[in-house]
Order: sequence, then C-alpha cells, then structure tokens
Amino acid sequence: MKVTVKYFGLVAEAADKSEEVMELKGQLTASDLKAQCLNGLSIADKDSVQIAVNQNLDDKINLKDGDEVALLPPFAGG
Amino acid sequence: MSRYDRQIKLKEVGPEGQEKLRNAKVLIVGVGGLGCPAAMYLVGAGVGKIGLMDHDKVDISNLHRQVLFQESDVGKPKALVAKEHLEKQNSEVQFESYEEPLTSDNAQKIISQYDVILDGTDNFETKYLINDACLLADKPWVFASIYKNEGQLSVFNYKDGPTYRCVFPKSTRQNISCEATGVLGVLPGILGTLQAAEVLKIILGVGEVLSGKIKLINMMRASEQTIKINKRPEEIEKIRKEGISPVYIDCDLKYAEHWYLDVREVFEQPKPKGKKVLSIPLNDLTSRYQEIPNNQEVFVFCQSGKRSKNAIEILKNEFGFHNLKNVEGGIETIIDG
Repeated sequence: MKVTVKYFGLVAEAADKSEEVMELKGQLTASDLKAQCLNGLSIADKDSVQIAVNQNLDDKINLKDGDEVALLPPFAGG
Repeated sequence: MSRYDRQIKLKEVGPEGQEKLRNAKVLIVGVGGLGCPAAMYLVGAGVGKIGLMDHDKVDISNLHRQVLFQESDVGKPKALVAKEHLEKQNSEVQFESYEEPLTSDNAQKIISQYDVILDGTDNFETKYLINDACLLADKPWVFASIYKNEGQLSVFNYKDGPTYRCVFPKSTRQNISCEATGVLGVLPGILGTLQAAEVLKIILGVGEVLSGKIKLINMMRASEQTIKINKRPEEIEKIRKEGISPVYIDCDLKYAEHWYLDVREVFEQPKPKGKKVLSIPLNDLTSRYQEIPNNQEVFVFCQSGKRSKNAIEILKNEFGFHNLKNVEGGIETIIDG
C-alpha cells in the first residue's frame, strides 16, 4: 500500500523534506509508521511528535492504502 | 458616529455584539510577536479590559516582529510599554499590566479574573500552565506557536472541548525560541491576528470557533491544513484531580564534576540537577557574588549564551573573577542525554 507522509516543523527539517509517498508492506499502525519515519532522524524528544491520519490525531489506527499521515511536533515559539 | 461603526454594521456584531465586547476581559500572556498584533486588534475592536502580562524587557532584536514597540522603548518592561501605547490607541479600554511571569502560584488567581486567555508565550512550561489553569478556572484559551516559517493555532478548553494536553499530552523540554531559530516578523503577525479573531468570535458567540481542531500554517509554502483533535479524558481528569503543580523539567548536565553557574531567572526551564549547580539570576549577581567559587573553573550558562556573557563581564570587571567560562550556545549544549 501507498501512504503520503507530511512532515512539519523540526521533523520536516530533520527529514529534509516536507512530504513523501511511502510504499509499505504488511499491516502497520500509525505509531509503527511514526517510529519508522523518525528512525535515524536527529530529534531529541520523539515521544512529543504526534501523528494524524487523514486529518485526525490518532496513533493506534491501522493504515490503509491512500492514507495521508502527518507528523506534528509541538512548537514553542512566540 | 461611533468609532466602532464599521464593525457594528456587520450582522455578526451589531450594537449587542459591541456591548458584549465592551463587557469582555481578555488576558494576553506574553506581549511579544503574537501578543503585540493581537493586543492592537482587540484594543481597536473595543474589548473592555485587557490584561498584559510579560516579565521581559524590550530588546532591539524584538522590533522586527513585536510591532507595538519603538526604538525608544528598548530596555523598558514590555507589559508597561505596551499598556502606554495601547492607551493612546483606545482610551475607552481599561488596562492592567503584569510585569511578572505566569507561575503556578499566580496563574489561577489572575486567570480567573478574565473571560478569555490569549497565549503569546514562547515556552512549553507556560503553555501547559495556561492550559491547566484555564481548565481549572473553566476559561477558554487561544493558543498559537511558531517554528521558523510554520505556525500552529487552536482554541482549547472551549465549551468543554479538547485541551492542549489532548494534542500534546507530555511536556517536553525542546523549547526552541525565535531567538534560536530565526523568524520573519509577519509570521507571528499572522498567527497573533488569527488569535485575536478567535477571541472576538468567542466573545461575540458567532461563527465557527477553532475548537477541537488545530490549524497548521506554513507561511513560505502558502499552505494550511486543519487536523481534528480528540479529547483525552484521562489527561483532563488528571489535572482536575491533581490541580496545578509547578512544572519542573529536570535535566542532567554533562561533566557533573564541574561547577556551573545558572544566571537565568528561577522559573526558567529546564532545571539542572546537581550539587555543583548554582542558581543566581543575572540581576542578583552583585548581591550574591560571594557564593561563587573563585578558585576553580566555573561554567556560566543561561538559555542562549547572551546573559551568561554579560554575567561574566560583570563578575570579572566588578568583582575580579578570572575563573569563569561562558557556555556559548546556552543550556541546551550542556544537557546530558
């Protein structure tokens, strides 16, 4: 299955991209995909990054073909 | 003709709406890049009372985005200067300035005196504090945060809606300020103005309030997206049950055998643990310099490396210290782990 992953804030920066289409094999939850996407990226606090699937915050949902996933770190600036 | 004629003409406002605005009280926590434009529009719209809270002073590097301030304001307290300028903008508005940080001690008392809270802060600790205090006082708050060219916007705790902890349950110490990352002045301008719009809709009881959703804006890409938030009742219950506790975000410093001097204010986070970490805020150095060892190397730090550099100059020139080393990049560069 193919899913589109959108990166925000320092995740986009660490990944050096704002969007990619990923080809996934087998059954994956949103949080599995998050772990896979963040793996190897230099982000100090990976737990703080939230995941949305089809514009809904949810890390437990099983992914399906065509899903759009967003990885959101918290921002502090003002 | 009324100064509010152009907005009273709107069916969403009308004379009744204008009266609602006149009776409303809004607290702006953090009068910076977000708080300045938000304050100017709320004052323009005739909100009856505005609280302005900021413990910081105006710096020349603020002026590109904190549009209330002028060159002659540099060095003066933001809350006070903002009040003076805004009083000239609209003499019908009542102002209260707070030249102090929001803390776990004063949060509930101050927040309970207002109808809506606008978050113009630049750190996670205060955002969680606003969230928890608003939850306990049953007040809606309008959140915004920025990172480089991106912004996040939402309204929390509105009519029993989701809270900040429903999006980000855990506090993080990854505070990354505009000072560290850089920002174009218009971005907080956009977000702060959107925050003011949410405040006005909440007061007027019109339109669709951005509750239960978080808006993500990328100014460079001219794109935006809205993501739905679900309530996490366990997070809300926990705060209701335990109340506000001071948020101390612990950290360990590398090279624990060294002496460290932390010249930040006592409320600044994270708080390093260790017996050889002295905490003396910059302004207290002249009265407490005797506490600093002068016979061995001491690493001096603050959030960014700027205040610690000043501290070393003061200690060297006025009190003859020659054993101090500046931590150039601030505390984040010496945290272990």
